[in-house]
Amino acid sequence: MSTEAVLHANVGTAGAQDVHHAHDAHHGDHHHHESFISKYVFSMDHKMIAKQFLITGMVWAVLGGLMSVLFRLQLGYPDSTFPILEDLLGKWAKGGRISAEAYYALVTTHGTVLVFFVLTAGLSGTFSNFLIPLQVGARDMASPFMNMLSYWFFFTASVIMLSSIFVETGPFSGGWTAYPPLSALGDASPGSKTGMDLWLVSMALFVVSSLLGGLNYIATVLNMRTKGMSMTRLPLTIWAFFFTAVLGVLSFPVLFSGFILLIFDRHFGTSFYLSDIFVASTQQALPNEGGSAILYQHLFWFLGHPEVYIILLPAMGMASEILSTNARKPIFGYMAMVASLFAIAVLAFLVWAHHMFVTGLNPFLGSIFVLLTLLIAIPSAIKVFNWLTTLWRGNIRFTPGMLFAIGFVSLFISGGLTGIFLGNSALDIHLHDTYFVIAHFHIVMGVASMFGMFAGVYHWYPKMYGRYMNNTLAYIHFWVTLVGAYLIFWPMHYQGLAGMPRRYYDYSVWESFKHFTELNRFISTVAMVVFAVQFLFLINFFYSIWKGRKVTTQNPWGATTLEWTTPINPGHGNWPGEIPEVHRWAYDYGKDGVEYIPQTQKIGENESAHH
Amino acid sequence: MTTFLIIAVIVLIFLVIVQIAKASEYVSVLKGEKVAQQQSNKINAFLMIAFLVLGLIGVYICNEMYYKDTLFPQGSASVQGEKVDSMFMITTAVTGIVFLITQILLFVFAYKYQEKENRKVFYFPHNTTMEYIWTGIPAIALTVLVAIGLRNWFEFTSEAPKNAIVVEITGKQFGWIYRYGGKDGILGKKYYKNIDEAGSNQLGQIWDDEANHDDVVTTQAMYIVKDRPAKLVINSRDVIHDVGLPHFRMKMDAVPGIPTTLWFTPKYTTKEMKERTKNPNFQYEISCDQMCGNGHYSMKGLVEVVTQAEYDAWLAKQKPNYYAAFPDKDPSNAKQPADTAAKSATAQVVLAKKTKI
Ligand code: HEM
Ligand SMILES: [Cu+2]
Ligand SMILES: [Cu+2]
Repeated sequence: MSTEAVLHANVGTAGAQDVHHAHDAHHGDHHHHESFISKYVFSMDHKMIAKQFLITGMVWAVLGGLMSVLFRLQLGYPDSTFPILEDLLGKWAKGGRISAEAYYALVTTHGTVLVFFVLTAGLSGTFSNFLIPLQVGARDMASPFMNMLSYWFFFTASVIMLSSIFVETGPFSGGWTAYPPLSALGDASPGSKTGMDLWLVSMALFVVSSLLGGLNYIATVLNMRTKGMSMTRLPLTIWAFFFTAVLGVLSFPVLFSGFILLIFDRHFGTSFYLSDIFVASTQQALPNEGGSAILYQHLFWFLGHPEVYIILLPAMGMASEILSTNARKPIFGYMAMVASLFAIAVLAFLVWAHHMFVTGLNPFLGSIFVLLTLLIAIPSAIKVFNWLTTLWRGNIRFTPGMLFAIGFVSLFISGGLTGIFLGNSALDIHLHDTYFVIAHFHIVMGVASMFGMFAGVYHWYPKMYGRYMNNTLAYIHFWVTLVGAYLIFWPMHYQGLAGMPRRYYDYSVWESFKHFTELNRFISTVAMVVFAVQFLFLINFFYSIWKGRKVTTQNPWGATTLEWTTPINPGHGNWPGEIPEVHRWAYDYGKDGVEYIPQTQKIGENESAHH
Repeated sequence: MTTFLIIAVIVLIFLVIVQIAKASEYVSVLKGEKVAQQQSNKINAFLMIAFLVLGLIGVYICNEMYYKDTLFPQGSASVQGEKVDSMFMITTAVTGIVFLITQILLFVFAYKYQEKENRKVFYFPHNTTMEYIWTGIPAIALTVLVAIGLRNWFEFTSEAPKNAIVVEITGKQFGWIYRYGGKDGILGKKYYKNIDEAGSNQLGQIWDDEANHDDVVTTQAMYIVKDRPAKLVINSRDVIHDVGLPHFRMKMDAVPGIPTTLWFTPKYTTKEMKERTKNPNFQYEISCDQMCGNGHYSMKGLVEVVTQAEYDAWLAKQKPNYYAAFPDKDPSNAKQPADTAAKSATAQVVLAKKTKI
């Protein structure tokens, strides 16, 4: 009963209705009215909100992926025409070839939505929401209402971003990092007109959504753990979500302020970022003097770097959990894993200027950032070695979730190592803004976190929908995506080493870069195949919601964590009876010869002690 | 038509795959889930090791195919760039070893410890010694890399040597403007509000400043001298651009309002590079490496590395931009007889307008 009392105290602020709700669930079932609207649309159940984030994220992933296919078409086949493109895109693809303007709009929107909408909202939004209450033993988030708002702010941001694609002057086209003055001056680029205003509004709403979500996750992890769930008994997923939320809450406001200043420069005549500008298209010198374009980059990357860890940490957490569960072996070095997450979270705030080594940064300052940047490689290395040791002498089941978790580790290694090249400023001078950077961050962040997300979906699907996804489809999906991802991004390192710049619409006039035509074609072709294969996942996902094999046991993976103590289809409130009490850490797999011991089981008389 | 055909074929393939996947699920239910799971486990374990082997072969093939397309085989065209290349090789060696060890362990463990009926897993929650070792080794390796890197970094970012040729390079949408200090070697002052393209003043040179009168402005190419340090003073007229010099392993942003600099010592003339690369079309291209608008990809500049004699001859042929703005001041025009009072009066007016700040 004590847990219940804590819950009441915490949920109290969120409105009496919820406390009531939790009560209902507590007394067995939940037959009071839930209309379609309150159950599926304006839901306050964290599990439903998680699904909303997931499905919206999937819609964006398809759109963002489609955009990449379109611009890869241009890079792979720069001198072919595809009449269908003109049918689809109209004036953006006159004569069946994407225009430079459209190319840049596609690249920019692709980057923005994948980083923020898919890998931030779609990843944290889904799994922090779904797993935090279930794994810490809470009936819902600290504030279900704020949680609902978080989704709807994200939804509104999505709608606005989508609408920006349809404005006359096109969506914003200056790259996802939106550096001013380009992003500040409509006369410098058509995309910086209305499209940029919509981009900024959408991103501002997105920041609000992230903050509402993040504060909720932090409050829930700190305050709403069930009895016995001390911080050091938390599964690593929760630790990862927790640090992710802390990173977001501390850094998104800085981005927000950067955007506000940009809006001021755009519309109210201020000169935060503008100075000494003569616009060629209008032949006019602007009145602004004394601003610093570099200031924006500091503000942007103060979020931008933590942001890449906001994307990565949840994937790390889920991979840890899934690797351990399916190797039937405890995660190796739990405390080292937590400590390295902590170290990464702290260092993430201290390395942002490694994106700015060639901006004319003070060389001494640059050297400090080199040191701090390469320091991050140490906790990263610890994590990798710990994952490897977790597999060592395990008894591995290759569930689809496990396959993606292993793929995640492989990709994280490959992409993390190239970070060591980039973090060393003297070497970064050569590599900055080339395809080497594209290869680096797509492997370590883009694909790796996508793999974390797939791992999470396959692994927790039975808990989400009470059914399984089809394994055969999942295996095909995994192997083609893993091989394809390497085929696409590995050769890009070589392009980068030739100095081939990123964000070029056409390389044919460049003596130094035009010899990559064939490779570009190869990459584009593989990209299309990989994109197509993602539909196997989508088909599998939606088909299985209604037609998948039913889950018949409460704990299909034989896992130790609390979510598997709920009914197969948990209602709002998660546990029909009291919330279970926790007696041990989350990784007692194979202890004393027992396959697994759930966290809810008391420490036995003769059991060797650990945690 | 072909488009629809392609789409139809793709849809068909998908349908077949989905049907097979569904069928295999039914079969697995019939066989018993356990048996089916053991089978697929074996297949996936085998694929893990296959992926490792084929992947490593693929890495090798990729290197064979594309290493020659990178800039390393032709070597760095600047003295400083040699250090970049050697840093690259050292970093590749260090990370390459880590890459091989970790990837091999990952996939070999996955294969070797695949589920077996009576395997007892090893309950191994932590081991402090091991954790110290793999904190320590990366720390040492990184310290070495940082030490090498920072030594180079401070060298690259140090003051340019006194004998350096100073060239100003200014980015604009979408091209580069180069300026030389002329006979006095001093770049005259400029102010962006003086920019007047029609009046041959694309940089906003302040004509009151005498130092400007001999400054040479060109958009053709940047001429620098072999074995003599070149210092670039980098500006932008509008948005952020970036002077990318891949052959010299150098790069620096062009930021409006905040001049930056960069220096290096070229090792080979353009002509020598044509021979070295066996490419008669070889050019030292300047690529803009910062997204600057829809023409970003076409923002190409040129560097001509020549001998000192060639450079002197070239510079002697260049006319100061001052004369383009004020043709009547040009000594080669002054000889002409038609120097009427009216014409010089207009010139005076223009001059007054241009020097106003
Ligand atoms: C060993 C650790 C890592 C180091 C030392 C490192 C270093 C760097 C450096 C120096 C850059 C700037 C390159 C340039 O623009 O010239 C960079 C870019 C980037 N890194 Fe990493 N990185 C590491 C790991 C990661 C991880 C784990 C992620 C994401 C999960 C990540 C995501 C990115 C992204 C997104 C960019 C490019 C952003 C852009 O310019 O659009 N990196 N990295
Ligand atoms: Cu970063
Ligand atoms: Cu550019």
